[in-house]
Amino acid sequence: MANMIATRDAYGEALRELGNKNKDIVVLDADLSGSTKTALFKEAFPERFFNVGIAEQNLIATAAGLATAGKIPFASTFAVFAAGRAFEIIRNSVCYPKLNVKIAATHAGLTVGEDGATHQAIEDLSLMRSLPNMVVLSPADGIEAKQCIYKAAEYNGPVYIRLGRSKVPVVFDEDYKFEIGKGVELVEGKDITLIATGIMVEKALRAAEGLEKEGISARVINISTIKPIDKEIIIKAAKETKGIVTIEEHSIIGGLGSAVAEVLVENHPTYMERVGVEDTFGESGDGGVLLEKYGLSVSNIMDKAKRILSK
Amino acid sequence: MGNYSSLENTAKNIRISIIDMLKEAKSGHPGGSLSAVEILTALYFKEMKVDPQNPNWADRDRFVLSKGHAAPVLYAVLAEKGFFPKEELNKLRKIDAMLQGHPDMKGTPGVDMTTGSLGQGLAAANGMALAGKLDGKDYRVYALIGDGECQEGIIWEAAMLAAHYKLDNITVFLDHNGLQIDGANEEVMDIEPIDEKFKSFGWHVIKIDGHSFDQIFKSLEEAKNTKGKPTIVIAKTVKGKGVSFMEDVAGWHGKAPNEEEALKAIEELGGRKDG
Repeated sequence: MANMIATRDAYGEALRELGNKNKDIVVLDADLSGSTKTALFKEAFPERFFNVGIAEQNLIATAAGLATAGKIPFASTFAVFAAGRAFEIIRNSVCYPKLNVKIAATHAGLTVGEDGATHQAIEDLSLMRSLPNMVVLSPADGIEAKQCIYKAAEYNGPVYIRLGRSKVPVVFDEDYKFEIGKGVELVEGKDITLIATGIMVEKALRAAEGLEKEGISARVINISTIKPIDKEIIIKAAKETKGIVTIEEHSIIGGLGSAVAEVLVENHPTYMERVGVEDTFGESGDGGVLLEKYGLSVSNIMDKAKRILSK
Repeated sequence: MGNYSSLENTAKNIRISIIDMLKEAKSGHPGGSLSAVEILTALYFKEMKVDPQNPNWADRDRFVLSKGHAAPVLYAVLAEKGFFPKEELNKLRKIDAMLQGHPDMKGTPGVDMTTGSLGQGLAAANGMALAGKLDGKDYRVYALIGDGECQEGIIWEAAMLAAHYKLDNITVFLDHNGLQIDGANEEVMDIEPIDEKFKSFGWHVIKIDGHSFDQIFKSLEEAKNTKGKPTIVIAKTVKGKGVSFMEDVAGWHGKAPNEEEALKAIEELGGRKDG
């Protein structure tokens, strides 16, 4: 069994480390610090932690004000409230003035699980990707999540970081170096390409293993920067393999699948299939079981790959 | 009572600039700009530590125009103060111009926060005040909110936060002109008793005539001497103040004067005089 870490836990640890290195880092939360793991920062640097109460609009606008005065605010709540409820504040008070605000949103996707559809953000990548000046990150595991947080802190401008609730298998080695805007080829392959983001990267790797057993050589690419997306790695894959399957714990509308499709349509149209939540809301249940029910499964990835290869 | 003849003359020139620029722009918000002229004039020409040559000076006092649609009064004041050339005023709202319909902090020197979507400016001002406290700086943060704006939920989220974090380095002016786009506050959505609301949210509340420099400065002194809580100055104002046909008329919230109306307005204001 691989080492398991939730990306939100990695976030909390990264914040605490950053807090030591940079006194300008401040953290805001909206009454979810135990869940988002900003409590780790709060314990270490109570004077630089601000709980705004259950007020997500205020969370973001207050962070914007702190950023105008040279602070590097990390604002955290669940993804559905950050990207959804506070959307217009993010648009007008953060992205338009390009303020140095980091929005680290946890509990993204179906794997929120038992809390059900109200709390399962499956459209946050779509919303955040549509905003000018916004960088959108979606790390695959605990190691990449930490790297994303470090890079977000170094970058001057708005960043949205999508984090999950559940423990997920570690994909990367400890010495992995994440770079904003760069995709990573995890597995070489010549027949078909699997492009995944977030916690679905591990499933893409397992799908590639399954395909290999059937004699299919599948390339696996991790796209953790949804915006600005790595066009080169996508175009190269489109040229060198028969088609592309995108895989995300997000609606098939507006997220990774759409971003990849935009690149392909304008540069190198090819066969494409999208694995994601198919324009529906989720429901309560165990996170792992939900992923299977909604088609975010190794077998569905393999089926979609084979569908392209049969064309 | 102090002698405010110089400030009164500045205020008159600001009003004329507002009329001029809106006439040129052919759209914009005169009513809520004219009602806030004395407040902004008092702040920028006497109260606030700012440096037009160094608009991003880290220790400056900050001003957030949370009711961002009153951008003309802010632009007129900033130009009069020397943050940018007055010629920019006549390009307001035009293509490629520096002056956007609502304040843009990245494009306009002296604008401390991008605003226009109501309510967000007050919360951002809180963020500036928090940063000041954290850094042990003595700069003060000022914000201007509208009465209709108090219908936004985020105003009350921000009101709670300012009191919770004891932000005595922020002073908010409420430009209480009583009118919003669809009519009188009490007809659209009553905000009264607005003083009691802020009091119950933990604020120090001062009520003044928002066109009296004497009362504005007294309220600023009282705010500075109020420790451990934020202060709101509820300034009773007249929408469209200074132009008879605009005064207390909701229709002048978001309509620019034509050539003839502008001429009449400037004549009423007494024409521009320097000094």
